Amino acid sequence: MALIVDHNKALSSSPLKVSAPLGAALAFMGMKGCLPMFHGSQGCTAFALVMMVRHFREAIPLQTTAMNEISTILGGMDQVEQGLLNIARRAKPEIIGLISTALTETRGEDMAGDVRQIRGRNKELHEIAVIDVSAPDFAGSLETGWGKAVTAIIRQLTVAAGNQSKLNRVNLLPGCHLTPADVEALKDIVAEFGLESVALPDLSDSLDGHVPDSYTATTLGGTSMAQLREMGRSRLTIAIGEHMRIAAKTLFERTGVPYVVLDRVTGLEAVDRLMVTLSTVAGIPVPARQRRARSQLVDAMLDGHFYFGGRAVALAGEPALVWTLGRLISDMGGILGAVVTTQAQPLLSDLKAERVVVGDFEDLEDQILEAGGADLIIANSNARQISARHGIPLYRAGFPVFDRLGAAHEVTLGYGGTRGLITRLGNILMERPGHAHAHAPATEHFHDHTAAAAG
Amino acid sequence: MLKHKIQALMTEPGCAHNQAKSDKDRKAGCGKSLVPGAAAGGCAFDGAKIALQPITDVVHLVHGPIACEGNSWDGRNSWSSGSDLYRRGFTTDLGNLDIVNGGEKKLYRAIKQAIARHAPPAVFVYQTCVGALIGDDVDAVCRAATQRLGTPVIPINAPGFAGSKNLGNRLGGDALFEHVMGTVEPDDAGPCDINILGEYNVAGELDQFRPLLARLGIRLRASITGDARYRDVAAAHTARVNMVLCSQALVTLARKMKERWGIPYYEGSFYGISDTSEALRNIARLLVERGADATLTERAEALIAEEEAKAWARLEPYKARLTGKTVLLYTGGVKSWSVIQALQEMGMEVVGSSVRKATEDDKKRALERLGGDEAKLADAITPRDMDAMFKDGRADMMLSGGRSQFVALKARTPWIDINQERHHGFAAYDGMVALVREIDLAINNPIWSQVRAPAPWEEA
Repeated sequence: MALIVDHNKALSSSPLKVSAPLGAALAFMGMKGCLPMFHGSQGCTAFALVMMVRHFREAIPLQTTAMNEISTILGGMDQVEQGLLNIARRAKPEIIGLISTALTETRGEDMAGDVRQIRGRNKELHEIAVIDVSAPDFAGSLETGWGKAVTAIIRQLTVAAGNQSKLNRVNLLPGCHLTPADVEALKDIVAEFGLESVALPDLSDSLDGHVPDSYTATTLGGTSMAQLREMGRSRLTIAIGEHMRIAAKTLFERTGVPYVVLDRVTGLEAVDRLMVTLSTVAGIPVPARQRRARSQLVDAMLDGHFYFGGRAVALAGEPALVWTLGRLISDMGGILGAVVTTQAQPLLSDLKAERVVVGDFEDLEDQILEAGGADLIIANSNARQISARHGIPLYRAGFPVFDRLGAAHEVTLGYGGTRGLITRLGNILMERPGHAHAHAPATEHFHDHTAAAAG
Repeated sequence: MLKHKIQALMTEPGCAHNQAKSDKDRKAGCGKSLVPGAAAGGCAFDGAKIALQPITDVVHLVHGPIACEGNSWDGRNSWSSGSDLYRRGFTTDLGNLDIVNGGEKKLYRAIKQAIARHAPPAVFVYQTCVGALIGDDVDAVCRAATQRLGTPVIPINAPGFAGSKNLGNRLGGDALFEHVMGTVEPDDAGPCDINILGEYNVAGELDQFRPLLARLGIRLRASITGDARYRDVAAAHTARVNMVLCSQALVTLARKMKERWGIPYYEGSFYGISDTSEALRNIARLLVERGADATLTERAEALIAEEEAKAWARLEPYKARLTGKTVLLYTGGVKSWSVIQALQEMGMEVVGSSVRKATEDDKKRALERLGGDEAKLADAITPRDMDAMFKDGRADMMLSGGRSQFVALKARTPWIDINQERHHGFAAYDGMVALVREIDLAINNPIWSQVRAPAPWEEA
């Protein structure tokens, strides 16, 4: 049991949190033919855009209503109208995500009402879905915005199946802690059960890093409008991450498709639950390929546990990421020496840590120092300064990861993904004797581990 | 008050761009209205932060919701030779309740905590849209904090909605003039002290020309603001000469420094070989005019001759590898013309240069170097047109900022970053050699023939 501590500090130092509108924009990146727009100052868009470009190493379509002093006082409806019309004309998208920011929410803009009026009087917009999302920067973080955007898309675009027949299909609602490659791996697993799937959003089709045939001003791929409309005909919705619960429930309320929320799909027991779920929906036993993958993961745990046992890991990230990786670390025998997250998610009290601090990288550094050091930090790239100051290796996970290649291609889910993750983390721990063994001579330590591995 | 300040900044008499305008246009100011749905670039806050963040030893505290700092901190590649305090992100992270109750007290507590933990020579407090909208008086909080805590707390009043990034640069510069410069009297002011305005030490560029200045006995009192220390900026008024790089951002500051402290300024560039020489020549001339030893002029000429010869000799081997290659320059400002000469010397053909953010003077110089071919000067090129240029083989490579990189890369075309996120310094003689080396590495990388070849099952 961990105690969740929120100091509610006046001064946030080296923030861990990124803003909710950014999370919402990221979700729209997984919609096909989409161009989202922030309703705010130019800078709101510029910062979010640059951050996503640096993480994904891809062009990011994201626009702004470019609020100025006058529209901030008089209201931003004209800016929204001009913005929507300009986007419609220039980029010809199928869907526009209109995302509020702290600026427009503080003024109290009625974005939904404005959009209704604007759509009513501009026939250029009739063929384009305009999804408004309220995601002010002053409430929540990346997860919050992502969850809100997916929920808004569901609320505004999905329909009940009516008398149409069910398809042999499941809906996937991946959380924002899953990479494009994770989503792709998840779809592959579902396919092995002979099921079709539709992921909302589907980053694996847009930000997976591929070279398109021609230039496009919108997203390169993602969930299509046609797929969205058919979501009501699926057999089951599988949401991954607690922050997707509201989206899954909303989809159920609109379409009647039952749902399960899997808190994570990394780690032996968690993947087992995914397998049982899929096997039940498909009405077939777990395929031989997955049974073999399970056995491979068990073997990796046997080989790897030596290097995790008793090692102190410092972990920082959004709640879903911290939950997923924190569980894996303690399931492998590691110690969660310091845990920092962005908001108080009750689930996190089940982590095997003394406390979970809602805070920033300064808190992470303080926690590490208080614990007498750490063998490994798992966090986004912004932990690099702490890593360098204290000589603790940093395994980059979460968002943003801008100083490594392939952040979008990391797979950590399923039996195979878990095995890969254990391997990568284990290798770092194996290479670095670390502070827990500082009193023992390095050579002897090394010898110990070799012997253990051989035995 | 902010309104008056912006008005004044928008009609800067020292700005070449402004001088070239008709009376009527000048009256209208230079605030281009931003087009919703078709805008690009940062806000005024972003601009102010870019201009001031490189001051390495102060706490840069952002008074706003998480987006303003949380989405951007430690993202710029500005180097320090000392403190790394500027690489930490500080924000009041305004939440729901702060917006309802007001954030002034939280801001004061944040300033206090920052000073207690880091003991900086000063705290810079950046106002943002939300802080301004809920009526938090940042100026007053800073004044109170300065008095009670004994550390200078400087308000930077440039909320995002005030305008563009460029306006923010100027507002940032203005804050230095009003609150920082002239507050420290150094005990070592000399006849060969200069400031460089609008240099941010991106990828350590400062060290591509600081040693050249040192060889002439010229001391860089303060770079505004690359690798700067607070106390050096505060003593900047004792320099004898200002050099302004990237003139549109900080020329107002230079003019005001001239008016108050009589420091003459020269607008120039350290990009390109002849421009670097020109810059050294002018700095020497101005210093001599202000009473520095007259031999400085000759020593500068000798240094220029030596360094130019060395640079051209180092560039020579690249000629054969680069001759005949076509390049698209998409950057704006001084770089729209200053690197053209070096590329042409390598036998490369510049097929286009964007002059979006350039002054009339920039345009004239670019045109001169492009042999008067107007068609090669573009204001803005749409990504679609750019894509077509690469696919039709009209440009072999592009030099631009990060924003347009994927247009080139996805068209399987070599690209290098010459804007602020770059990881190589391209300033002065060494920088130009580095730039040409980077171009060579990019354009002659063996991947291009591989990635362009169709898959075996595709028709060629």
